[in-house]
Amino acid sequence: MQHLKSALFALLIGSLGLVALPSTPVLAQAALTGAGATFPEPIYSRWFSEYNKKTGVKINYQAIGSGGGIKQILAKTVDFGASDAAMSDEDLAKAGKPILMIPTVAGPVAITYNLSGVASGLKINAYILADIFQGRIKKWNDRRIAEINPSVSLPDVDIQVVHRSDGSGTTRIFTDYLSKVDSGWATRIGSSTAVKWPTGLGGKGTEGVASLVKQTPGAIGYVEYAYAQQNQLSVAAVENYNGIFVLPTLEGASAAADGAVVPENYRVFITNSKGKTAYPISGFTWLLVYQQQDDATKGKTLVDFLWWAIHDGQKFAASLNYADLPPALVKRLEKSIKTISYNGKALLSEK
Amino acid sequence: MTAPEPTPAVLTGMKGANDKPFAKLVQTLSFLVLVLLMAMTVVLFIDALPAIRTFGISFLVGSDWDPVNGGFGALPFIYGTVMSSLVAILLAAPTGIGVAIFITEGFLPPLLRQPVSIATEMLAAIPSVVYGLWGIFVLIPILRPFMKETANLLGVIPLLAGPTPGPSIFVTGVLLAVMILPTIIAISRDVLRAVPETLRLGSMALGATQWETIFSCILPAAAPGIMGSVILALGRALGETMAATMVIGNTPQIQASLFAPGYTLAAVLANEFAEAITDLHTSALIYAALVLLGVTLALNILAQWLVLVVSGPNSERGGR
Repeated sequence: MQHLKSALFALLIGSLGLVALPSTPVLAQAALTGAGATFPEPIYSRWFSEYNKKTGVKINYQAIGSGGGIKQILAKTVDFGASDAAMSDEDLAKAGKPILMIPTVAGPVAITYNLSGVASGLKINAYILADIFQGRIKKWNDRRIAEINPSVSLPDVDIQVVHRSDGSGTTRIFTDYLSKVDSGWATRIGSSTAVKWPTGLGGKGTEGVASLVKQTPGAIGYVEYAYAQQNQLSVAAVENYNGIFVLPTLEGASAAADGAVVPENYRVFITNSKGKTAYPISGFTWLLVYQQQDDATKGKTLVDFLWWAIHDGQKFAASLNYADLPPALVKRLEKSIKTISYNGKALLSEK
Repeated sequence: MTAPEPTPAVLTGMKGANDKPFAKLVQTLSFLVLVLLMAMTVVLFIDALPAIRTFGISFLVGSDWDPVNGGFGALPFIYGTVMSSLVAILLAAPTGIGVAIFITEGFLPPLLRQPVSIATEMLAAIPSVVYGLWGIFVLIPILRPFMKETANLLGVIPLLAGPTPGPSIFVTGVLLAVMILPTIIAISRDVLRAVPETLRLGSMALGATQWETIFSCILPAAAPGIMGSVILALGRALGETMAATMVIGNTPQIQASLFAPGYTLAAVLANEFAEAITDLHTSALIYAALVLLGVTLALNILAQWLVLVVSGPNSERGGR
């Protein structure tokens, strides 16, 4: 007992000593908290751990979903939000103060299917997809699918549509693409993180869609590219703006980001991009931050991290199946990050 | 605290000096449970107000769920919740009560009784997400041919019509049935054990067979308790979220066939709450939670009333 007591006492004194020791003489830093999209969570966790190794800054991130990320940044309960669905003007107006939407990485959304005897590379376009997902094309050997796939022998199997049942940025990207190309889809269904599906089964989360497609003969669904890769699902080649059929790849997503006209506020859906080899169903994911920070230390930590993310952070993207940002866009983002201020003073030291 | 005058323990049974504060404590705690339930209901109601103002009662009969255009009606979810739970109860109640009789009424050699009991209770310890995965990868492939054949043979009955994509209200019902079995078995078993031995002996002495004894003496005596177990299980089935959402297909449409996919109130909350962007969408989801509370309450009241009817005049509660 006596031993234990003295040991505890020593521990206590020791820990006090540790606290009292001067920490490494860097500038003051703060821990950051963020919340939002699930789609970029793998790369964000990697970033936060790498950044922590490099600078000692702790960043806590909760993947609660894009909608949640927008809500939390509006309520100012987090230092940054994250979303695959860019904020609407209505949401931005709610904030009362300007919010910057910083694209961090892009990713392709793969069209996956389960057809025995048909490997990856089945050709498909937006009109056919729109009609399949509205239950208008019911069979795999439908004339219109056969027309663009003359070399594939299509089975006489019922199509089973599978979509996401939970609200998701992936759904936002997929429905945005269909809305852009097919006006019928745009008027009847529209695009959002959750829409009113006229037909099909709903799977919870990407893994839910992937497992339903795997389990159901004749199924077709859409999943993040990373999942299709990991689970070796068959993926379709989708016709892009230039009439070229492109398989989902990181290069395709990068080309889509390159070929898109990005507006001042970076709110752009790079679906149906004009890039020559662009994969048409791709999308950015954004970090949401206030342009006028309320706390000098936190603000400084945040802009330093953003700077690191759009430069050094980009090299981690490919290994986790995300596409990095085009160099031209990074140049523009640098300017934007430099506008983040505290009390009217820019927070980023000149780089 | 002054101790009350010591009275002979014989007269007061087990009463001691600490009883008063303890009674107070227990009273406070049970009162807290009520307050908690009320608080939940009030908070749900306040958060659901925008949707209640917008849709009112039509929320309960509308079947349009369109987050893009802001039209919300919860009938498909109510339908799916009630149907899947009904299928679950219809499958689990007879099975569970049968197993309880099997364990308690001497059909099993004493050596096996304990292991069988423990095995059924183990079912209750499995996390629901594991049940869901098992549903996707094992139960659906097993039930798919059965559903297909049934639809081919009896498809003229709307309840059993095809097509049979796999995930469906029927599969959800079967999965929920497995999940609520341990509740029914464990409680029914204890209730049957509590039936006085004299009843059994008396019935046998009058010349009844074992089955006659079970059906005409023991089950009626145990009926209120058994019904109680079914009510508890029903509550579990209605509120099950994760497993249901993984196998029901999440299709907000009302279709007559049990083999068609559906949707439940708990599943739509789990699916859409985190990603709901508009305030009306969030509010509509909270309204759905309120409706789920209401559905659970209504079915519980119905079941309690059934208990009264079943137990009839021979229970201590007594029929009128």
